[in-house]
Amino acid sequence: MTVLQNPAKSTGIGAPVKRVEDYRFLTGRGRYTDDMNKQGQLYAYILRSPHAHARILSIDTTEAEQAPGVHAVITGAEMKAAGIGSLPCGWLIKSRDGMAMKEPPHLPLAVDKVRYVGDQVAVVVAETLNQAKDAAELIAVDYDELPATVATGTAAGATGAPVHDEAPDNVCYDWEWGDKAKTDEAFARAAHVARLDLINNRLVPNAMEPRAAIGEYDRGSEEYTLTTTSQNPQLIRLLLCGFTMGLPEHKVRVVAPDVGGGFGSKIYHYAEEVIVVFAARKLGRPVKWTAERGESFQSDAHGRDHVTHVELALDEQGIFLGLRVNTIANMGAYLSTFSSCIPTILYATLLSGQYKTPAIYAEVKAVFTNTVPVDAYRGAGRPEACYLIERIVDVAAREMGIDRAELRSRNFITPDMMPYDTPVGLQYDSGDFQRNLVDALEMIDYAGFPARRAESAARGKLRGIGFASYIEACGIAPSNVAGALGARAGLYDSAEVRFHPTGSVSVMVGVHSHGQGHETTFAQIVSERLGVPMDKVEIVHGDSARTPFGMGTYGSRSLAVGGMAMMKAIDKVIAKSKKIAAHLLEASADDIEFADGTFRVAGTDKTIGIAEIAGAAYVPHNYPLDELEPGLDEQAFYDPKNFTFPNGTQICEVEVDPETGVTKILRFVAVDDFGRVINPMIVEGQVHGGLVQGIGQALLENCVYDEDSGQLLTGSFMDYAMPRADDVPSFEVKTNEVLCTTNALGVKGCGEAGTIGGAACVMNAVCDALDIAHMDMPASPERVWRTLRDKQAAPLAAE
Amino acid sequence: MALSVSMTVNGKPVTVAVEANALLADVLRQTLGLTGTHVGCDTSQCGACTVHVNGRSVKSCTLLAAQAEGAEITTIEGLAAADGTLHPMQAAFKEHHGLQCGFCTPGMVMSAADLARVNPAADEDEIREWLEGNMCRCTGYHNIVKAVKTGLATMQSPAQHAAE
Repeated sequence: MTVLQNPAKSTGIGAPVKRVEDYRFLTGRGRYTDDMNKQGQLYAYILRSPHAHARILSIDTTEAEQAPGVHAVITGAEMKAAGIGSLPCGWLIKSRDGMAMKEPPHLPLAVDKVRYVGDQVAVVVAETLNQAKDAAELIAVDYDELPATVATGTAAGATGAPVHDEAPDNVCYDWEWGDKAKTDEAFARAAHVARLDLINNRLVPNAMEPRAAIGEYDRGSEEYTLTTTSQNPQLIRLLLCGFTMGLPEHKVRVVAPDVGGGFGSKIYHYAEEVIVVFAARKLGRPVKWTAERGESFQSDAHGRDHVTHVELALDEQGIFLGLRVNTIANMGAYLSTFSSCIPTILYATLLSGQYKTPAIYAEVKAVFTNTVPVDAYRGAGRPEACYLIERIVDVAAREMGIDRAELRSRNFITPDMMPYDTPVGLQYDSGDFQRNLVDALEMIDYAGFPARRAESAARGKLRGIGFASYIEACGIAPSNVAGALGARAGLYDSAEVRFHPTGSVSVMVGVHSHGQGHETTFAQIVSERLGVPMDKVEIVHGDSARTPFGMGTYGSRSLAVGGMAMMKAIDKVIAKSKKIAAHLLEASADDIEFADGTFRVAGTDKTIGIAEIAGAAYVPHNYPLDELEPGLDEQAFYDPKNFTFPNGTQICEVEVDPETGVTKILRFVAVDDFGRVINPMIVEGQVHGGLVQGIGQALLENCVYDEDSGQLLTGSFMDYAMPRADDVPSFEVKTNEVLCTTNALGVKGCGEAGTIGGAACVMNAVCDALDIAHMDMPASPERVWRTLRDKQAAPLAAE
Repeated sequence: MALSVSMTVNGKPVTVAVEANALLADVLRQTLGLTGTHVGCDTSQCGACTVHVNGRSVKSCTLLAAQAEGAEITTIEGLAAADGTLHPMQAAFKEHHGLQCGFCTPGMVMSAADLARVNPAADEDEIREWLEGNMCRCTGYHNIVKAVKTGLATMQSPAQHAAE
């Protein structure tokens, strides 16, 4: 038998393979939720609260019910009477006194009270969307307006009208992490303490595809189907069945087809998913809901929104002795699915950053306000941690007169310290932080910066350079540790590798791709490991009826967790195939070697290809039936041993025009350690996109509520400044592969890195350009201009 | 009240009954089933719905369907050759990884293809300025700009493209 050169090599691990998903997207043949229309479909329109906080005195739907085309008008009272439950929160945080967090009910449709502008009040289902909208205007809601709690910093303890009666002081939890006594002791012997108050501004994720959902119910089979814009359809099914609707799980299918971006905002179980399934069952017809962008602003979970005081203690040489953090985190009006763990477990545990700070103590108070719920947005807690660390390091360097690169170097955890136990509960497995910094300094030509600054100054411009040395924790794990920290779900993932009789392979995965390109990268791994050409491998995701139970995609976990489950299933396929090969080649299984798709009896020229093995497994005529089952179809679940820790250094140079306050990013370099890179083209794309979300927060984006009325002032793309092509630079990126030691692939994750460091990097450059200790984000032209004016006025005022 | 509108869509004449207030984007998606044209906002900011109307890129949410009477419309479904071969701009987006989730992609490609008419030799700054009306949340624009540069170049030398 001739051994052909393995065709998979050029498409294997490390190759910049062009994406297999692109053709359908480039030709308009993607299938997003709103592209689908079901037979007999009706349309739902949701009447939302115009008030931030009000009692609902009455809802009169009589007129709306009689409007043309209307099939039903549904209110919260009807859903509550039907036993529809609260949208659950997946992570229990306990306050420092041991009390569980306040967890008020979050019903899909408001009952008695509305708690933010956009809160769901009633649903009209009609033949056409326009009929549903027209009828919604005929619903008469009598509201008794209440004072709104809006600002993060002052929400706690506000008197009068708490957001929830269950939390009279608006405090959800008051949590602490780290060693207070040790940290106090470190501050007591510090030569210098840097202090900073900062705001991590609220953001709106704004995936380009607005959320949508279609509910279906078949009265004959009693089966439900929910098609939804989700990052984790299996999790939505679990929550729909176990919590909100109490449905029999074996009768429920949840499909997340092509999904147009998520960035966290499509993780959560949303009210609309319950509403369309409830309405479909009630009416016996499919019911579709699609958000208008204005609704997205008012109902997609928002991100960030912290008010923080941070202090860093240093010795005379600038060695970090201790870090103290006090944060108020805005939860919004209700606890979204993972909201509670973002400013705690995914935030305070990262406060070591890349530094060997020996003592760290954090206090986090989470507050309810009359605003949209806040949850994970790309990075989720880790950008907030990185921002305060990298800002306070810059402030300390400025105050102590130490070069900022030098100060970072002095404090980095070094490779010989790995694995490194941080004082905030994590164990970093690997990383070479100094090398990333050195490479980035070289790429940006740090030595040449003073000359470039002088050149800018000669043109009347202010030039600045900024650093961010970030670390993140991806692939939250293991499940039992997460459970001990309050997680109410597992954090493993799953895959099934199904060889077909004629040699092609379908791989069903529990993770979900909504832009990440899993259909390509996962196929690259399968192709290389099994020696099957890429075009004979299909990656299936996003359908609970086709895939094993997995937790979906968020937190840069897909490859490190889902990819490892797939590796385990591949190993099972190979192990079984070896036994089949041993039988067919009349050898002992111990003597069978496998490489590049071919099984060989060691030291001989007796070989058989894996496709032939598959054929033999499905037509088991010459087959060890007394020892082996027929078929070649293996499933695996994988629960990781530890988080993974992607890390890197970003450096950017900005130029500020003092006349206009406009900040232009001149250059941006990023050196990242993502462990093993499967597809460098896709990895670079993830970095670019992440960086622009970081830059967006630093320079453009800001979600603003009127602090008295609670009205959302930035409720459209006309008011909320999304980064556009001409706002951002091109990037210079490089990866330094230091393999992760806790998974066999050596992968760490790359989805969030850009966003985690991006905002800190830009703000450090802006503050350097303006020669100030700090300004809050976004550094919009108006704010920069005011900052410069105030700075010029300050010495005069002092005189 | 329904109106009758006749137009040519992707080379084929069609006559459709539309409501007077129906937007072209919705008629393309709902009535004609051309769901490659996406709707990403309600304020004509995002550009996901960009199509060609009489050879110019237009956000199809800014046009009433009734205004398209007699017009030649090309949507993303009509850009590739009949045999499925990608248009040079589509091919360039694939080559340079100029798309991730794919939602903004149809509008982005239709807008970029029209830049060849206006400024075929556009440099990076001009490409970025041209794409100002098309938002992407995934790519950070870096690879889109590279793709458009390549796409424009290939569109100028179709023979070379065919030879590749």
